[in-house]
Amino acid sequence: MGSFDLGVGLAFWLMCASALLCVAYGLIYWNKDKEEKALDTSSWESDEAKINEEL
Amino acid sequence: MSIFENIIIILYLATLGYLGFIGYKQTKNSADYMIAGGNTHPFVMALSYGATFISTAAIVGFGGVAAWLGNSLLWLTFCNIFVGVFIAFVFLGNPTRKMGIRLNAHTFPELLGKRFNSKFIQIFGGILIACFMPLYASAVLIGGTQFLVAYFHTDYHMALLVFSIIITGYVLAGGLKGVMLTDALQGTIMFIAMIVLLIMVFSAVGGIDAGFSKLDMVWDKTVATLSTVSMKELKPGSADFMMKLSTAWGFQGWNKMPQFFSEGWLFVITTITMGVGIGVLAQPQLVVRFMTVKSKNELNRAVLIGGIFIIAMTGIVFMVGSLSNVWYFEFNNGKNALQSAGGVGQVIPHFINLAMPKWFAFIFLFALISAAMSTLSSQFHTMGTAIGRDIFEQIGSKKYNSILVTRIGVVLMIIVSVTLAYFFDKQPAIIARSTSIFFALCASIFLPTYFGGLFWKRMTRKGAIASMIVGTVVTTFWLLFVHFQEAKQLGMCKLLFGTNSLLTGKIIFVDAMLIALPLSIATAIIVSLMSKPEEESLIQKCFED
Repeated sequence: MGSFDLGVGLAFWLMCASALLCVAYGLIYWNKDKEEKALDTSSWESDEAKINEEL
Repeated sequence: MSIFENIIIILYLATLGYLGFIGYKQTKNSADYMIAGGNTHPFVMALSYGATFISTAAIVGFGGVAAWLGNSLLWLTFCNIFVGVFIAFVFLGNPTRKMGIRLNAHTFPELLGKRFNSKFIQIFGGILIACFMPLYASAVLIGGTQFLVAYFHTDYHMALLVFSIIITGYVLAGGLKGVMLTDALQGTIMFIAMIVLLIMVFSAVGGIDAGFSKLDMVWDKTVATLSTVSMKELKPGSADFMMKLSTAWGFQGWNKMPQFFSEGWLFVITTITMGVGIGVLAQPQLVVRFMTVKSKNELNRAVLIGGIFIIAMTGIVFMVGSLSNVWYFEFNNGKNALQSAGGVGQVIPHFINLAMPKWFAFIFLFALISAAMSTLSSQFHTMGTAIGRDIFEQIGSKKYNSILVTRIGVVLMIIVSVTLAYFFDKQPAIIARSTSIFFALCASIFLPTYFGGLFWKRMTRKGAIASMIVGTVVTTFWLLFVHFQEAKQLGMCKLLFGTNSLLTGKIIFVDAMLIALPLSIATAIIVSLMSKPEEESLIQKCFED
């Protein structure tokens, strides 16, 4: 990539570095945040069932 | 068309139909239909985000721009990965997901509306999406249809109809589950095609270093020689005119940045890099994907997949666009890409058909059709939820079946988008501008309210509404009366004031977002600090589990 000037070379290496950052982050935090919060859809389901009955 | 090609097409359509059917079977309630039930696999989520993000316009349009202006466009790829994936997923993804759960929000405007306890915000967001996204969708629709027409030699309107019916089928039946599953398949096809393309192009131009080194020589022999020619001697819009224009704007070579603060520098940095790169953070069809996963783990894993996917899309196509100049110079009588293909938009299709083997052109066609379909299906779904959930359900006091209302909204917005594509196919330049108009509008209208809503408890409803109104007014004014491309193409300024832009000089090259976004941020801060803080109960509901 020696033919790139400073501005384009910087963009190229920052592009590669940011992709590597994404890979590294994904690998490091692959299984680190186990907090799970399931959607509480029970009220939506009952509301929708009621509306469907009315309709 | 050979039997083999027919079989592949039938298999592709059958797989889309099957994935749409899976989506349909798994859709039991409105949460399934609008946010895919909140339990999407990270692979599906990341590929769906990426495939929605990257449309045919990004591959063909920006690839052609790279052939014209060179590797300075790699700044956009950096921004796409760092801002569009890393910042978006790591810093915005989980707060969005959690707030979406706390507030039972099904759509992006609903999330903002519930955060500030304002129906106006939800309806206003829905109206913005319903008004401007059809233009953006019709641009993608025209691009996808034109490729079908070129490859299958069929009638444009017939191709448009068939293309739309296929997408309508799985969006309508499968909801967001169907959309995301098909997106993942289409994203995979796009990824494989781009990797093969990169390898074949590097091989064709003599390797990585050799290929890029030759770019300087090709610039010297095909563009620098135009220095003695006056712009007036060249036909406007011709390849030489465009190359001469690039040198007048400060471009010095395909491997070099344009001169600092020149018209070209402002265009690449403000309009292309920041306009698109930052605008992506407030795209409703992308933000809603953060609400489709069940935990932060899925978002973390999606960062890895998303980063690789985006570099394989825009990173590769920008480099291929630039390097096509070398290939054309060596194999097409010493001409550069624009001189050979005839125009910016023609470079990538022309290059694929001329430089690549027939079998690869067929695969690449699938990649482009997949790129168009994945973006379109998400746009249709978002527009449908905007019409159904954010506007219709909020205006009336009566309760409706959300899935039914949203499906009616999807059909309505598909009809609007297809109608626009039907009438505007001869004016792609005006329609294509709608992509950047939509990005600028989304950023300046939604971004301060979205960020403030997630991270600043002191932000008030009045601050959010004032910020959205300022963002709308300033962006519209800049696009209609100042910016060198939109103001000229939209023609309102010429009609009212007899000139293409109310301002002169380099300022007209600055993107609308760069003017409107700081003003809407300042408005959000000032009005919020001047108004009464929101009720503590609302803040607890939004921020505490």
